[in-house]
Amino acid sequence: MDVKTVHGFVGNELSFAGASADAGLKLAETMDADALIAKVSASGLRGRGGAGFPMGMKWKFARAETRDPKYIICNADEGEPGTFKDRLILTDFADLVFAGMAIAGKAVGAEKGILYLRAEYAWLRAHLEEVLERRRKAGLLGGAILGNKAFSFDIEIRMGAGAYICGEESALIESLEGKRGEARNRMPFPVQSGYLGLPTVVNNVETFAWVPCILEKGPEWFSSMGTEKSPGARLFSVSGDCKRPGIYEYPFGVSLRQLLKDVGAENAKAVQVGGASGVCVPAAQFDRKLAFEDLATGGSIIVFGQERDMFAVAENFQHFFAEESCGQCVPCRIGNVRLHEAIGRMRQNGLDAKTEQTLRQLATTMQTASKCGLGQSSPNAFLSILDSFAGELPAGKA
Amino acid sequence: MDAQSPLQSEIEQLAGTHGRNRTALMPVLQELNRSHSYLSEEAMLLVSKELSVPRSEVYGVATFYSFFSVEPRGKYVIRLCRTISCAITGKYHPAVASLLAELGIAFGETTQDGLFTLEQTSCIGLCDQGPAMLVNDDVHVKLTEESVRTILKDYRRKAASEGLVKSA
Repeated sequence: MDVKTVHGFVGNELSFAGASADAGLKLAETMDADALIAKVSASGLRGRGGAGFPMGMKWKFARAETRDPKYIICNADEGEPGTFKDRLILTDFADLVFAGMAIAGKAVGAEKGILYLRAEYAWLRAHLEEVLERRRKAGLLGGAILGNKAFSFDIEIRMGAGAYICGEESALIESLEGKRGEARNRMPFPVQSGYLGLPTVVNNVETFAWVPCILEKGPEWFSSMGTEKSPGARLFSVSGDCKRPGIYEYPFGVSLRQLLKDVGAENAKAVQVGGASGVCVPAAQFDRKLAFEDLATGGSIIVFGQERDMFAVAENFQHFFAEESCGQCVPCRIGNVRLHEAIGRMRQNGLDAKTEQTLRQLATTMQTASKCGLGQSSPNAFLSILDSFAGELPAGKA
Repeated sequence: MDAQSPLQSEIEQLAGTHGRNRTALMPVLQELNRSHSYLSEEAMLLVSKELSVPRSEVYGVATFYSFFSVEPRGKYVIRLCRTISCAITGKYHPAVASLLAELGIAFGETTQDGLFTLEQTSCIGLCDQGPAMLVNDDVHVKLTEESVRTILKDYRRKAASEGLVKSA
């Protein structure tokens, strides 16, 4: 299958389009680990998967671990509803991702990389293997990168088999180890004990792609974009009720209103920011900013037009979580099924005060007592829709 | 000496390629799931033995991931995205109706001729081009009532040309 057949629309100019993977890699080849970590730390780059952990700090922790071998894992298990930016990056800018992984390897002292590709993107695999092979032949991957015997790094592609939870890094590692994708307890973190119990850096596709760009253009170029707490730019995946769905790049701190104008959705009723695990933002709050300190997101923007039934939206998201819960812990496994059922009932019969209280208690239990981020975030969409759109429910039975 | 079954040879070969250890479990199951359309009990038991992974854990993994099946499926597994961005497009319900009518089965079922299994899936990352579906590894986007019929016809023709079913 030609990967370009589903390329999709790109709404503005992407930084990646003007960057050279090789320029960044060549610079990295001449630098030592401390200098690399210092550069990436200075840029302020934070993980683009959603959690936003500072990349430089992660590298520093992994560097300090003494056990070998260490692993660099690229999380290409892009499963958050409404997110498809990694699909585009892997199609158009795979070289940046692989160069970024190799640079990470040099920084932390790892020679092995794994790209964990979701089963739903199996159609991208042949293309990615081609890019890897081309890079090996060009001396940009494998033994002695750019002729430097002290710089070896190779990447293997491993496939997922259909599980949203495997986007959570410890579940992803379990899956790589041949187990059910069930999240681990934290601590220890993967940088201490990750794949096969060894020090492991896990980052999102987009995060790795920014690394060679930062080396080439300098940390100041990167940190001059965005806000103080959220330096840089990021890609947004925009879908739903808008005229121009597709991929857009913005510096952090852009307002939702600006984004909606650009995508042709000025008249939106609400926007789901951050996918099923994110929050639903009503029109009255469209001046809020997309940044870690306000509306944090892995880049998913789903627009809802005036005619949308918001509780049908909530029901769809809750069904998603009931399906995708790994079943390991009770609040998530049972809570999502019960919440999904309850949304179906309230769409029929409305919601009385007592039931609302019970459901909010259930949601709080799920947020506080679930083992991993999936369960903890699973009631967010419902709660934010309930907060803003309870008036849309049918009047309760007397 | 007992003659080796073709399945046993296949699994030994896969273990040779991917290794005889726990980390080989996913790749080995993935290849078996692809070549046989599902993971049979016999296959799981042989994998358990070959990789020295307890059979309960092989079964645990086989039943965890949505792309694995422990029941026989059709040659083509259709996975229609049911997540919100696809499901709110105006073309979604007509495309679903067309799929159901054309195949004559419900979600979760396999056609009598063994060609198609119809499933619903969570987000497949094609939200900008929905409604979307996967047929095995192939992507189909911007589905309509009509395009769904054409797509199914193409797979039927392909299967017929491979001698899998009587000509469509």
